[in-house]
Order: sequence, then C-alpha cells, then structure tokens
Amino acid sequence: MTDLATEGALASPARAIEAAQSVWSLRWRRFRHHRAGIASLAILALLVLFCLSAYPLERYLNLDSNATDLLSRYDPPSATHWLGTDEGGRDELLRLMYGGQISLLVGLLATVIGGGIGVSLGLVAGYFGGRLDSFLMRLTDGVIALPLLPLLIVLAALDLTKLGFSSEFAHSGAAGFWRIVVIIALVDWTAIARLVRAATLSVKERDYILAARASGAGALYVMATHVLPNIVTPIIVALTLTVGRVILFESVLSFLGFGIVPPTPSWGNMLNNAQELVTTAPALAIYPGLLIFITVIAVNFLGDGMQHAFDPRSERR
Amino acid sequence: MLAFTLRRMGQTLVVLLVMSFIIYGLIGLMPGDPIDIMAASMPGVTPEVVAKLRAIYGLDQPLMLRYWRWLMAALQGDLGFSRTHSQPVLEVLTPALWQTCKLMISSFVLSVIAALILGVVSALRPGGFVDSFVSLFAFAGISVPVFWLALVLILTFAVALHWLPASGMTNVGDGGVMDQVRHLTLPVLTLMLANTGQFTRYVRAAMIETLRMDFVRTAWAKGAGAWRVVIVHALRNALIPVVTIMALSFGTLFSGALVTETMFAQQGMGKMIYDSILSNDFNLALSGLLFATLITLLSNLAADLAYGWLDPRIALK
Amino acid sequence: MNALLSIENVSVSFAQPKRLFGGPRASLRAVDDVSAEIGEGETLALVGESGSGKTTLGHVVAGLRKPSAGRVRLRGAELDAANRALAGRAIQIVFQDPFSALDPRMPVSDIIAEPLRIQGAASKAERRARAAALVEEVGLPVDALNRYPHEFSGGQRQRIAIARALAPAPHLIVADEPLSALDVSIQSQILNLFRDIQKRERLSYLFISHDLGVVEHLADRVAVLYLGRIIELARREDIFAHPAHPYTRALLDSMPRIGKGRHRKRAIKGEMPSPLAPPSACVFHPRCPLVQDICRTLAPRFEPLAARPSHLAACHFKE
Repeated sequence: MTDLATEGALASPARAIEAAQSVWSLRWRRFRHHRAGIASLAILALLVLFCLSAYPLERYLNLDSNATDLLSRYDPPSATHWLGTDEGGRDELLRLMYGGQISLLVGLLATVIGGGIGVSLGLVAGYFGGRLDSFLMRLTDGVIALPLLPLLIVLAALDLTKLGFSSEFAHSGAAGFWRIVVIIALVDWTAIARLVRAATLSVKERDYILAARASGAGALYVMATHVLPNIVTPIIVALTLTVGRVILFESVLSFLGFGIVPPTPSWGNMLNNAQELVTTAPALAIYPGLLIFITVIAVNFLGDGMQHAFDPRSERR
Repeated sequence: MLAFTLRRMGQTLVVLLVMSFIIYGLIGLMPGDPIDIMAASMPGVTPEVVAKLRAIYGLDQPLMLRYWRWLMAALQGDLGFSRTHSQPVLEVLTPALWQTCKLMISSFVLSVIAALILGVVSALRPGGFVDSFVSLFAFAGISVPVFWLALVLILTFAVALHWLPASGMTNVGDGGVMDQVRHLTLPVLTLMLANTGQFTRYVRAAMIETLRMDFVRTAWAKGAGAWRVVIVHALRNALIPVVTIMALSFGTLFSGALVTETMFAQQGMGKMIYDSILSNDFNLALSGLLFATLITLLSNLAADLAYGWLDPRIALK
Repeated sequence: MNALLSIENVSVSFAQPKRLFGGPRASLRAVDDVSAEIGEGETLALVGESGSGKTTLGHVVAGLRKPSAGRVRLRGAELDAANRALAGRAIQIVFQDPFSALDPRMPVSDIIAEPLRIQGAASKAERRARAAALVEEVGLPVDALNRYPHEFSGGQRQRIAIARALAPAPHLIVADEPLSALDVSIQSQILNLFRDIQKRERLSYLFISHDLGVVEHLADRVAVLYLGRIIELARREDIFAHPAHPYTRALLDSMPRIGKGRHRKRAIKGEMPSPLAPPSACVFHPRCPLVQDICRTLAPRFEPLAARPSHLAACHFKE
C-alpha cells in the first residue's frame, strides 16, 4: 500500500497534533480570551450563588422572609436587616435573593420551552421546505410583526377559570408561575425558529446528508443525527441571548402587575409600587432593577463571547 | 415588484384579520363579564333581566357570530362604547394615539440621530477607546429594563435635582408647548437611551462593512480630501438597509412606550391599553390592542416594502 | 441480457416558479428519456459537461430523486418507495467533494458504519468490526477509526467515503465525479482503488465523469449525455476508436494527449444552451459542424449503428 506513505506525508505533523484536541477545547481556549465573556461567566456564577444563599442566610439571621411587620416598614439597614426592610417590613436582602431565584428560573424555563418550540419549527420548516415551510414562515412572520408586550399583558390577564380550570388552581402560585413561563415561551420562539431554519437550509444539501438518504435514512434520523449536531453552535448562542430577553419580559410583566404575583417575590414585582418607593425609600427602587440589569448585561456579554469562540471562520469544517 | 408588494399587503391583511379574531377571543377570556358588571351597578336586577340583557347585546350567541357582528360594525367605524371613559371608543383612542405618536416619533428620530453619530464614530476606529465605550453603552441599552431606567431618571432629574417633572403631561394651569416639552423630556430620554444602543450596533456594523470596500481604499489612497466624500458616500450606502431595519423595531418601540407611559402617567395608547385591561373595559382593550397591532404591522410592511424595493433579490423570494 | 440495473426512459423535470399572471409553468428537463443498462461487474461511464444532467441521473439511480417519468429496475424489480431498503443496501453513492461528504461531527468508524446503522442490520460490535475491515480495504491505517474527518486530506477522505459506500456490500456504486476534486497525483491512486475494489467485490459502477481520460481506464461501456439526452452509448473501445456522434468526437478531440500526434483540435463552437430552452429537433444542431436542414427539423432517433449493433447514437449522420 504505497499510497499510505505518500498520503501520510501530505498530512503535516501540525495537523496530527491538533487532531488530538477536540473542537470544543479549541473553542474554550478562544472563549477564554474574550475578557467580557469570561467576566460575565464569573458574574453570573456569583449571581446564582447569591440567589441560592437565600435559605442559608434566612436560617442564619433567624428571619422569615415572608413575615410582614407593619411596624418596621422601610427600616434603614441594620444588623438584622442588612439592606433594610421593604414596604411590608420584610427583609429586603432575602427578598432580593428569593426574587432572583424566581426570575432566573422563569428565564431558564421559558428559554428552554420557547427554544424547543423554535428549534422544532425551524428544523421542520428548513428540512421539508415546500408548503410546510411557507406556512411556518408566514406564521413566524406574523408573530414577529406583533407588539409583544400588549399581547403578553392580555395573555397574562386571562381568566383561567373560563378555560375550564378550577378556581383553586387558577389562583394558585404555581399556576401564576407556569402561566408566565408558558406565555413568554409562546411569543419568544420566533428568533430561534428563523435562525434554525436558515442553519438547516445551509446544511441540508451537504453530501453527507445525501449519503445517509441514499442508504435509506428517514427524515427524523437525518434531522437528529446530522442536522442538529451541526447547527448546535448558533443555537447555543441564540439561547443564551434569549435568556436575557426573557428575563426582561418577566420583569416588566411582573412590574406591571401581570407577572409573578406578590407575595412571591420577583425582581420585577418588587418594583410594583415604584412611585411610592421613589419618595420614601429610593434605595429599594434601585436594587431589584440593578440586579436585573447586571444579569441581563452579563448574559448578553456571555452570548457575545460565545459567538466569538464559535466563529466558524476560524473553525475548519 | 408589483407582485411582491401585493403579496406583502395581502399577508398583512390576513395577519390583521387573524389577530383580530384571536384578540377578540382572548378578550372574551378576560376575567369579568360585561353583563355582570352592568348588572352589578343596577340595583334589584333579577336573573331574567340579566338573561334579557345578554340577548339584547347578543352575548348569548356563539363566538363566531359575535365576532362577525363586531367586525362588520368595526369596518363601518363603530368600535363600541368605553365603559370606563363613558365615551365612544374612537373618541378615547384618537387623542391617546396622538400622544403616543409624539412620544414614539420624537424618541425614534433622536435615537436614529444619536445612533448615526455614535455608530459612524465608532466604526472609524474599530476596537479603539471610543468604540469600546460605545459598545458598552449599546450593550447596556439593550440590557436595561425600561421601567427601571425610567425610575433611575426620575430619581435623578425629578426627585434629586428637581429639574424636570416626574410625571404627567402638563402642569395644571399651563399646557403651553414648553410645558409639554418639559413633561415629555424624561419619557423621551428613557426611550432614547434604551433604543439607541440597538440602533448604534446596526449602524456600526453596516459602516464597518462599507468602509472595508474597495472604493473606500481608493479614496484613502487619494488623500484627505476624498475622506469626506467617503464618509458621505459610505454613510449613504450603509444607511438605507439600516433605516429599514430600524423601522422593523417598531414593535419593541411600542412596548417600551407602553411602559414609559405607565411610569410617567402619560395618557397614551400604551397606558390606555394597560388601564383598560386592568379595569376590564373590553371594548376599549379590544380596539386599543388592534390599533397597536395595526400600527406595528403597517410599519413592518413599510420596512419590508422598502427593503424589497432596494434589494430586488428579496422580492424574488 | 441479465442486467443488474436498467434505466428505462427516465426523465427528470423541474418545475419553475409560478408565474404571477397565468400562463403555463416553465419546466426544466434535466434528464430527457434516458435508457441504459449496467450488467454485473460492469462499469458504465456517464460522460458529459456541466449541465448535461449526469449528476441528476446519478441521483435518480441512487434513490435520491424520483424521476418525473420512467423507472429504474434492479434485477428486474422496479425501485420505488416500497423497496427503499433494498435499494439502500444494493446501490450506494460516492460524491465529488470529499470535504462535504463526511459529517465533521462524527468519528470515522461511525461514518463508515452508518449505512449499516441506518438499515438496522448489524449490532454495534458487528458494525465496528466491519468498519475496521473496510478501513483496511481502502488503504487507511486502523487508527483512523477514532479520528475525525478534518484530520484527513482530500484523498484520504475520499477513501473513507468509499469505505462507507462498501459497508452494506452493495452491488452497484454510483460514483459522481469522485476524482474531480482531488489533486492530480492522488487521482490515479483513487482510480486504482476503484479498480481493485471492483475486482475484489464484483461491483458494478455507474461512473460519472467529464474527463474522458479517466473513463478510458475504467469503463467497460460509455454513455455520452448532452442536455439531458443520451446521444451515444457504446463499448469503450468503440467510443474511442470510432465515435459516431459529432459531439463525442469533439469531446475526444479536446482531451489533452501527450505526444499522441498533434492534430488540429476542432473546438466546438458556441456554448451549451440553457436546459430551459433546448434547441428543436437535434439538440446539438446549433453547434454541430455537420449540421444540415434535416437536423433542424427532425429529431434523430437513438438507435444502433448498422455496422455495430452494440453501438447506439442519436445522429442522422452517425454511420
């Protein structure tokens, strides 16, 4: 097999070394060089830690974050209440932490569900093309063209009992939580759908997909085995950026009173009575929004860093 | 070209009709029942009277029929009666629409101007100090929750510095142009700061793309005098797609306006929709939402058509 | 004749986008009424320029495209949706571009064994063993199994693609210009590999190429396509020694030959017309040096030469 000798020489030693490194470790290296991205990863880790410290801190300070004490409204920071109390006499710091858990959880869940919808629709539209594609694209364009916040408000204001749910369920905290998650997912899938469709189209006619089809592969197999893994990088970036958008949606809905309903805290609804806070306790007006701001900007920088790391121009096929 | 225009206009119409049906249905699912609310304010009313009222208002008919009757009336200009304002809906909508236009158009124009300046300047020296600063500002703009930004501005300019009024559209006893402008300043500033970031990124990306092209290098080689030609010409090339993209962000602009109006107690469309949903004024909510949808759809249509005219390849899809 | 594969009157048309203001939809005939047969262990070369429809025809045989008319039979059985699985095992394809033929995210052993995985025939261990055997057969080291496509050169990737095609033990391989994207020095190696494998496995090939030089080394019979129509079909010796159709003659003339006697190359005038508007009657008539009035009015039949029945051509002046 003399072919081997000649061909082996053509593959240079450098290639052999790089061959040992997987594609992912290359990307991690490139990501590390993006200062804002790395910093954001650290900040987000700290934020998550911050929110998760709620229960331990509560036990440590021997407080109940839900107990109202109308005699101690708007207290300034003290040894027991490190950031003071809110309009119900509850500890502000603990509320910020628990509120963060809720806001972040909504962000994650709505992103995953909305992402699932978007990826499925985009895949199907891109792979099958034809009338199905046209219909799905019209649908997507239609949803994109809508004013989202008014629509979200209406969806959030729906009376669940009219849809057949029991009154008890309709007014429970769980229903309120999941309602927010679901309606945000229902309106926010469009960006991902478009992205996935475009990526699917670019991959669809590659020869390795034709080879699988020639062997008799069905559509589902091809989409799962060949298309998805090859379009995963733009999806990850898009999902990261989605988290930021979703957190902003939830916070504005909660702020307007249509989202997470008190007494469950969320960063948005802690600013419900903003007008009152402005005059009586300005600091309390700053904290929740500041946390939202830091979270979203960190998420956006993280997505930007990932985009740099995944840049296909510096990646070989 | 004509085919493209007609097709897009047709699609817009279809989406509007579909949305009108969906919103009609959703409004019906909102808590409360118009007849019950009416009956609550009529002492000594019996179930038979309630049933009769229902029949008179046609509210015992199936959904499709009610929707059809509403649609026919709406097309003739009759949008119903607003319960909370005790006026025909149209008379409530029109001044609100005007107020929102003032807010949106002024903030849009100012955002575009600011974005142009910042985008061009940062594109001239990518990676430089100004560029980094502008990028940070842009990221902040898309990450900040609008209602919190409004709060911060109120705290700074109204409460702390007393330079500008915190809310309302005019002072009692005044109403002149200068007074209106003073009251509009903070709302417009809020929207501007939030939107300029996104626009700046578009302008910057488009300018960098254009500046890379060959005709720019030629002008450079020719000397400084050609520099100005380059900026003007390059800007013109880059501007056109950018402005159309900006027009597509009308939807988010409207959502931002909704929040801003609520924060600053401006009686615009956004606040009106919000109030009407809160107080279950069905007719007003329905019409307001549809108007918002219509405006957003129209601006999207205009941007799409402009885009299609400028780049014929899009029209062929 | 006991043919392994028979292509019967296959046509492939693509409908053009709808016109807004009525009128019939334009149709692009990429392949027009092509018939041919391939026997066991035989290589049929499909020759033509870009736009001649050879890739489209290859895709039809490989099951990637349904013909608008006509059928393809494998040992007499018509290939349709019902026996897709049979076709997937018996007919495989090797593509032109080795850089897009392999999924960059899959290791080589998975790539090679994929047809078996799709067809559900073998267990994981069996697949792995088969991949190891195939890797050796195509001349690659065994440690290639755990590596990824980007670690290999073009020629090596093509070997991997060939190994993949061999995995289900097919009877026919459609080779769609497998050498065109390779460096010249590698082309002969891969060509030899094709030959060796054919002998070892008793394979048939539908070998698509625009390069007659390559065809000369591998083909048993040659079919020439022009604008989707088959205009000549003959044994290899006959095509090269006595080409019947003017187009074939021009193709042969334009082959670079070192030292085989310099004679004036007769360039074919003009360019191949667009398949959307093929010329009337004989499709070659606008460019043909032998054109007469009859060529413009009556389409020549694709029929055997009087002198050699095994040699078919579509030309009024083929003798």
